[in-house]
Amino acid sequence: MLSSIKTNVIQDSPSKKLAMMYFRVALVLFGAQLLMGLIAGLQFLYPSFLYGIFDFSVSRMVHINALVVWMLYAMIGAVYLMLPDETGVRVPVAIGLGKLAFWVLTAAVTVVVLVYIFIQVGPGKESTIWFINEGREYLEAPRWADIGIVVVVLIFYANVFFTYLKGEKTGIMTVMVADLMALAGLYLAGMFFTDNISMDQYWWWWVIHLWVEATWEVFVGALAAYGLIRVINAKREIVEMWLWIEVLMLFGSGILGLGHHYFWIGTPEYWWEIGALFSALEPVPLVAMFVHVLYDWGKEQGHADAHGKGTAIANGPVMAWISINAFGNFLGAGIWGFFHTLPQVNIYTHGSQFTAAHGHLAFFGAYATILIGMMYLGIQDSYGIHRMKATFKSKMAMFLITFGVVGMTVALTIAGYEQVLVERAELGAGWQAYFTAQNLPWYIQAQIWREIMGVVTFVGFLYLVWDLLTIGKTAKAAEEA
Amino acid sequence: MAEKKASVWTSISFWRRSAAWVTGFAVILLIFLTFDTMKQIRMGTDEELAKGIKRRIPAPTVVNYKIDYKYDEKRGLEAPVIGPEKQPLFGKELSPKEAAAMLHLGKLTVQAKNCMDCHTLLGNGAYYAPDLTKAWLDPMWEKTMPAMTGAKSKEEAMVKFLMHPEKYPTHARMMPNLGITEKEARGVVAFLKHMSSIDTNGYPRGFSKTAKEFETGGTYAK
Repeated sequence: MLSSIKTNVIQDSPSKKLAMMYFRVALVLFGAQLLMGLIAGLQFLYPSFLYGIFDFSVSRMVHINALVVWMLYAMIGAVYLMLPDETGVRVPVAIGLGKLAFWVLTAAVTVVVLVYIFIQVGPGKESTIWFINEGREYLEAPRWADIGIVVVVLIFYANVFFTYLKGEKTGIMTVMVADLMALAGLYLAGMFFTDNISMDQYWWWWVIHLWVEATWEVFVGALAAYGLIRVINAKREIVEMWLWIEVLMLFGSGILGLGHHYFWIGTPEYWWEIGALFSALEPVPLVAMFVHVLYDWGKEQGHADAHGKGTAIANGPVMAWISINAFGNFLGAGIWGFFHTLPQVNIYTHGSQFTAAHGHLAFFGAYATILIGMMYLGIQDSYGIHRMKATFKSKMAMFLITFGVVGMTVALTIAGYEQVLVERAELGAGWQAYFTAQNLPWYIQAQIWREIMGVVTFVGFLYLVWDLLTIGKTAKAAEEA
Repeated sequence: MAEKKASVWTSISFWRRSAAWVTGFAVILLIFLTFDTMKQIRMGTDEELAKGIKRRIPAPTVVNYKIDYKYDEKRGLEAPVIGPEKQPLFGKELSPKEAAAMLHLGKLTVQAKNCMDCHTLLGNGAYYAPDLTKAWLDPMWEKTMPAMTGAKSKEEAMVKFLMHPEKYPTHARMMPNLGITEKEARGVVAFLKHMSSIDTNGYPRGFSKTAKEFETGGTYAK
């Protein structure tokens, strides 16, 4: 992956080269996310670990921020990867500006992370919100960085939009361009301060929910569509028709599904019914996406068999990660989300380890998987490999990361049951109730398993990095031999 | 598919148009509901409070009143009960301006100290420390914490704890010292008292039961 800076084929495609730059930073941040998660998980077991030096609030903040930022990096990378293929325009309209935006963003992210780690918190003043930490989960980035992110994203968006206008307007790219506009615009909803905590949370969810349960999901739909065309040569008409059906179902359920975050934050009761109804529908498109991937795979393989062509898959790791995505998205976002989405259940589960369980499997299943797949696709393009097969390392990465995340999810779900039944149902919340549940042996056991599975995930990540760094060269050499 | 119109179900333009209509409809409904919600969750005024007009999010001067959280038979859930008795914060009744300033400082401090990455507020945040939605009403602040910190009142105990949490450990998992000043701590206390007065549709459920068990020496009372 590193040597792809120098090598051959993508010299010809500045857009794909820029994509690889984004992927590299994404991978570094992915590693940071996992390390911070391991520290935070350990603090559950040994509360004195780094107490007063690098508290849970810090490790957890960097854990979730690194997550969001590596995904945004990989998403931008994926768009630059598909841009020349979809539009037929070899060089994006303002590629120089695009590169500059990359460096500005990377510098800004570095500064923000250093401030998080070394300064951590500030006095109760506006200046803290502007320069240190905004203190709102997921949107901790200080205001100066918010504005910087908006500027950089605008440059990125303009680049994509005008390239789209100049080139061919495929269905996939049309969905992508519309979705990115919504995605970028929504970020603005999280950029103001109010004393009213209910108002604060209302708009905060516009960013968080309408990203991860609406616009990001559509983004994934578009990526999967592009990936299927690239990897198994799926028929564009079929893929694009599916994509529009997915957009219909994802936005049809996801936008008003926002209501399931408005049950208990001071907002009116009617959100119970709206949130319950629409969020209960949210798994439906995820089933559709699952069926769609497997259907196309089977269909194209059937074609290949009929013509005696062997495998239909041009890139093994990408197809595997897209399949894990189809399954993981449905399971993590769909099933684990539905578990606790009805207000009748959520009044007990809201703000418990249940949420953490859902969060882990959903972010992994819906997003990490397909973005990793896009990195493999980028490597195939970098080296101009005709057919890329999964290596032992690719398989170890897939197995260990998936097994690790599912393991963490199961452990956190058990911790969640324990917490919900003892702290909430039996003891009725409150300070003592909270700690009574946290100190139960079964809860602690679940937290131990979470940490073990976290280590498994991390080992899988090491395999992933190793594989990404070597697979391109090996596959190219094998193909030339 | 474009050349032969076999069926509307295999027509890309049909699905594209449907996707646009459904998305548009969802967005319009969301905007409409947002306008209504904005009206309902704006912060109340001091006059409304004095007249006993219920608002989902009361005025900052709610800190001048006694706040309780009781089971409401009709709604089938617990709801905040505000006043009519007064219970001024730190024993001093605040003007609307003073109360607003205190709440502002409290909210700023809560963000500046990143409370949300350990605690939950209204159930949102991290799960490493107790939920703070009704923290003002937590029975721990009635006797245990004032005794531990040597404070005369619940408010004073909260301020002492917030300034030096490392000195008053209740469990192995302790809150770190975040450099909160006395003024900031008083603001945070106002913020917490105000948050406990928000009508959260009965979340956290069963909280008032805990309070009762605590008083009567139930199984887990400390």
